[in-house]
Amino acid sequence: MATNILMPALSPTMEQGRLAKWLKKEGDSVRSGDVLAEIETDKATMEVEAIDDGTLAKILVPDGTDNVAVNTPIAVIAAEGEDVLTPESAVPASGAKPVTRAGTAPAPAAASSEPTKNSGPAIPKDTAMVALSVREALRDAMAEEMRRDDSVFIIGEEVAEYEGAYKVTQGLLAEFGARRVVDTPITEHGFAGLGIGAAFAGLRPIVEFMTFNFAMQAMDQIINSAAKTRYMSGGQIDCPIVFRGPNGAAARVAAQHSQDYAAWYSHIPGLKVVMPYTASDAKGLLKSAIRDPNPVIFLENEILYGHKFDVPTLDDFLIPIGKARIARAGKDVTIVSFGIGMVHALQAAEELEREGIEAEVVDLRTIRPMDSEAIVQSVKKTGRCVTVEEGWPQCGIGAEIIVKIMEGAFDYLDAPVVRICGKDVPMPYAANLERLALLNAEEVVVAAKAVLYR
Amino acid sequence: MAAASSTVRGKAAPRKTQSARASGAAFSKEEELAAFRNMLLIRRFEEKAGQMYGMGLIGGFCHLYIGQEAVVTGVIMAAAEGDQTITGYRDHGHMLACGMDPKAVMAELTGRRSGASNGKGGSMHMFSKAKHFYGGHGIVGAQVPLGSGLAFANRYRGNGNICFTYFGDGAANQGQVYESFNMAELWKLPVVYIIENNRYAMGTSVTRSSALTDFSKRGQSFNIPGEQVDGMDVRAVKSAAARAAEWCRTGNGPMILEMQTYRYRGHSMSDPAKYRSKDEVQKMREERDPIEQVRARLLTSKQASEDDLKKIDAAVRTIVAEAAEFASHEPEPDTTEVWTDVLG
Repeated sequence: MATNILMPALSPTMEQGRLAKWLKKEGDSVRSGDVLAEIETDKATMEVEAIDDGTLAKILVPDGTDNVAVNTPIAVIAAEGEDVLTPESAVPASGAKPVTRAGTAPAPAAASSEPTKNSGPAIPKDTAMVALSVREALRDAMAEEMRRDDSVFIIGEEVAEYEGAYKVTQGLLAEFGARRVVDTPITEHGFAGLGIGAAFAGLRPIVEFMTFNFAMQAMDQIINSAAKTRYMSGGQIDCPIVFRGPNGAAARVAAQHSQDYAAWYSHIPGLKVVMPYTASDAKGLLKSAIRDPNPVIFLENEILYGHKFDVPTLDDFLIPIGKARIARAGKDVTIVSFGIGMVHALQAAEELEREGIEAEVVDLRTIRPMDSEAIVQSVKKTGRCVTVEEGWPQCGIGAEIIVKIMEGAFDYLDAPVVRICGKDVPMPYAANLERLALLNAEEVVVAAKAVLYR
Repeated sequence: MAAASSTVRGKAAPRKTQSARASGAAFSKEEELAAFRNMLLIRRFEEKAGQMYGMGLIGGFCHLYIGQEAVVTGVIMAAAEGDQTITGYRDHGHMLACGMDPKAVMAELTGRRSGASNGKGGSMHMFSKAKHFYGGHGIVGAQVPLGSGLAFANRYRGNGNICFTYFGDGAANQGQVYESFNMAELWKLPVVYIIENNRYAMGTSVTRSSALTDFSKRGQSFNIPGEQVDGMDVRAVKSAAARAAEWCRTGNGPMILEMQTYRYRGHSMSDPAKYRSKDEVQKMREERDPIEQVRARLLTSKQASEDDLKKIDAAVRTIVAEAAEFASHEPEPDTTEVWTDVLG
């Protein structure tokens, strides 16, 4: 019986890839374990192996095809002795429909990019824009700062020779060498503390956590040593350090690997906490974070790494920490979000627009210090607000935003503020349960209508 | 206390080791007098801090260094300009040994505006960039990765400096110590790990807390050499520290020195120390006291007279009295200071 070879998913968040090269041609006999093709993702090149013996009857997706969705049939294997089937009869295999990841908006096609609106400081009108993924923007930010200042170095697990577990540090070892791009053992508490000690001595470490889930091992050093030493020393000791890495839920990695730490770090005086959504903000804010004399927690997102956005081609593009941006202007309801929450917020705003509701979407970009003024000004205009975050509800960022509104715009409110959060449970593994535990745009739409009494 | 056994453990010994007495590590008259004076300053300072705690002038936790003076005093004698020091919460002695102003240290203990941290750190959290003293850390063991990071910065800059990272026998059981050991040896960081084994982690004796009580061997899994040192003999301390410093400074990576020492007082001011006998403390004071050892040598060798030593004591007492006076009368921090130094 003929078998379809499907485009494989090679990581929890992979949705598509490039079929780089076929290593077998039609008519070749293949044995289980033979390498059939090479697939390129934005992280790595991987091999596809045959899982059955047979004959490569038909190649359905030729060499060099981009954006092949996961689960798309790419070839047909005929069983040994079986007649080679016509492709038409083999292709419509059940279950071969490309799927998008549960609970999140499909990633924009790699070819197009999301426009960046009102993105921070004035960008000169004739500035050329280039479409960059968040991943590339982060790498460029680090490379630019490392060229500018020899005291900047990056340290973490797999940052050098592997070029980053999520390929964010691609090319840095080649350019800067092992002195400044430092692979560590798996030892979060240790290398976080070591980085802080180096920062006390005046270096500017960028400490990469493979994910922020693992930074809980280093929590004591981040809070007791990095955040508090300036204060405890009466202002004598600086700690210019950036802790960065992916934060929040990826996909189907369950409770211990799916958690948003924005609220945790946001609680701590002495830290700054940044959580960008666009590539442009990721670049401009990371450069600012590296130059900042304080410890900065820089929360990235694995799902956003592959998203492309317009980034200005300026020599030195900085976005100030602590400033929100209006991602979309509107007069009827304010939606405040940040990081990957912006995906849902913007999608909801589009759906609301179709129903004649003009939502204003505020992208906080920095969680601490929080741009209360931007929130308050928007709510004064709209009188209604929904907060959107992936983290849990209790003592979450939504709770803090609501207090800012109580303090600054209570008399302008026409309805109680509603918060949309991740559900108050550890992240489940099953796809349907995970979808339920995460937030989605529909919830934001319902909440926006609720605060509008519609 | 076991007699000093300066045994190098682990990989190829960095150098031939001998006991301090046999190795020609005898001090010159100047060194003996400096060690005597510097240890006495710590002793008198800590006695005064204890009194002031009792008077309610010092709050919170207050961990005295009395009995352990030879350790930091001897190590500093082997340090070069620019070498860093970092330690835990029993830190007053280290600050004085690094040359910080006793007035600023005492005023920090009393929480005053002229304190070393402007009154915002207290006993366990003081720093002096000028004196290369990086704290003063209140979380047991946290200073070990931090000190390794200071050493990382030295290697990164190629400045030839080393970092003396102190911690106790209690901290030696924290996981981050071994994370640090691994990286330090892997990257040949110029750090000397000084384990001040005063026999008790708070109230738990070494034999009740540690599966391996020879702390000089704690680096063996990482191929870090270690040495047990008589931490009550300032000459043995200096000599071991000088060897370790040379080992680190010349690119061989870290070294561990287990300083076998003893604290006379409780863990903190609120510790009655019922986990050990009075006889044990008394025997240590009478037979092994680091200051009395130097005094006896100076007198026996006639390098100094009783009168000379009394003069030194009087000078030290004056410094401490002035520090106490200053710390008692300085104003508290301005109330606006509560909001400063959070971010730079």
